[in-house]
Amino acid sequence: MKRGTGGWGPTPDSHAFPTRRYDLVKEFVIALGVVSVLSVVAALVFSSPDEPAISLQQWARQAPADVVATATGELAGTTTSAGYGAPYNTAGEGQSLGPVNLQTLPGVTVPVDSAKDLVLDPVRSLTSDPAVVAAVHAWDAASADRQQAWSAAYADALAAAPDGDPAKVASGDYGPVPIIAAAELQLADGGALEGLLTSRTTFFGVDSTRALLLLADGTHLEDAARAQNLGGDQWGIMNETGNYPGQPWLWLYSLWYQVPPFSTSENADIAVWSLMILLSIGFICIPWIPGLRTLPRHLGVHRLVWRTRR
Amino acid sequence: MSGPSTSLRSEPTEPQSRHAHDTWTAALTRWVEGLVPRGQWLPDRQPVYVASWIYVFGVACLASLVVIIVSGLVLSLGGVAWWHVSTLGHFVNSVHLWSVELFFATMVIHLWGKFFMASWRGNRGLTWATGALAFFGSLGTAFTGYLIQTNFDAQWISTQAKDGLNAAGIGAWFNVMDLGQMMLWHVSLLPLVVGAIVVVHIVLVRRRGVAPPIGATEPSPPGAAAAAGAAPTESPATLATRSGVKS
Repeated sequence: MKRGTGGWGPTPDSHAFPTRRYDLVKEFVIALGVVSVLSVVAALVFSSPDEPAISLQQWARQAPADVVATATGELAGTTTSAGYGAPYNTAGEGQSLGPVNLQTLPGVTVPVDSAKDLVLDPVRSLTSDPAVVAAVHAWDAASADRQQAWSAAYADALAAAPDGDPAKVASGDYGPVPIIAAAELQLADGGALEGLLTSRTTFFGVDSTRALLLLADGTHLEDAARAQNLGGDQWGIMNETGNYPGQPWLWLYSLWYQVPPFSTSENADIAVWSLMILLSIGFICIPWIPGLRTLPRHLGVHRLVWRTRR
Repeated sequence: MSGPSTSLRSEPTEPQSRHAHDTWTAALTRWVEGLVPRGQWLPDRQPVYVASWIYVFGVACLASLVVIIVSGLVLSLGGVAWWHVSTLGHFVNSVHLWSVELFFATMVIHLWGKFFMASWRGNRGLTWATGALAFFGSLGTAFTGYLIQTNFDAQWISTQAKDGLNAAGIGAWFNVMDLGQMMLWHVSLLPLVVGAIVVVHIVLVRRRGVAPPIGATEPSPPGAAAAAGAAPTESPATLATRSGVKS
């Protein structure tokens, strides 16, 4: 029976050809043995990377100024998560591709109020500290404009202080913000902040969203990543810590982030994702794309597989 | 009342119109049996042109998948953080990692090989498409594996990857920073999806058979070949191709 595909003409039925002995089961068993041995040998020789996670306590002890600046930024609404938009909040419009904004379409499905969820609610747990309790009351009683003025002024003062050290901040009208930010640092330093962020509403802390958003709002995580050559402009997430191959199969996805216009675009993520989805659909549909489906005939690499007998 | 008449009554009766009155069970059986030509589920012979090392990589990819699944199952016995505190757990994690690297290496070689051989010819478009889908499904599965490592890599990758997924609207339901959700996707949903696609892919390969060489024409009937004095395993004159590697 002859079958045809566009551009190739009739292709003979493979079952009509003469056959040769071919032991599929033996081939699979040998392949399984080889792959198993290779995996075990590679595991013994190269092991696998396991750089411990950065705890919020580590963050507080290694970069206390960053914790205070991040907490202040959450209160001021200037951090990445505070102004993100969907799916966390409505503070930002997110990315769009021309008139299409897929980010806001599903709405807020993972609600995060950065000031409340990442700073104020955890700090409210420090009920034994009268100064902190009074600071939170003062914050709650103030108008939104007043809150914004206090936190923005303190954020500016921290940025101007040597090494961002809260102890060296110039005096000013910061309201309760310095006490609240210091309380956040105190919680992180004592090791309580992680639990307050992941398990406050449920006993089982299996959702790391809030803790990771807070950590990523600071600079400590990115500094550590860049030191390991994991920055976005260093081929980002396809690498992993140490001298390990990581996810080389993501090379094309990572490539776009390194070149213009993607590397300079504010909508790089949606642009790269759209391009990759388009390319992926094209890859799946190669057999039906005129020109592409017959390309192998012109490349001639198939002659290395099926050599013509002379 | 016994005797021939009873024996006759107990004989299964063949319906007049077999297909119209089949049981669902019989229909399903016939459908499964008809998925591939008779004798092609696990044949011990292949067309003469299947004689190159390139054909090994599909099987090697499948073998890697088996190692991935077995090492992943062992990892799941100890729980999500076991491999951080156990030497054995770390070793199993390493086996899991390297089998994944081998899986992708063999899969990519397999895919490129099939591309250069234009293996979608002869109504094999879906075979290619399911293979490509298996590749993309595997990308997602491997990616979620990196997210559930509960180490620094997982922290960095999840906080970076969220932006692309959120921008595409996917992050609304697929939260890469939710460890519990990613764990279930990695060990349950995605392996099932990839496994199902791989099964369909293999069935299609067996159904259509291995694509003939580019430019090959319909071989002459066996009788004609024998009459022409051709050896049983040699191709007819029209099939003037064979591998230079194994043959």
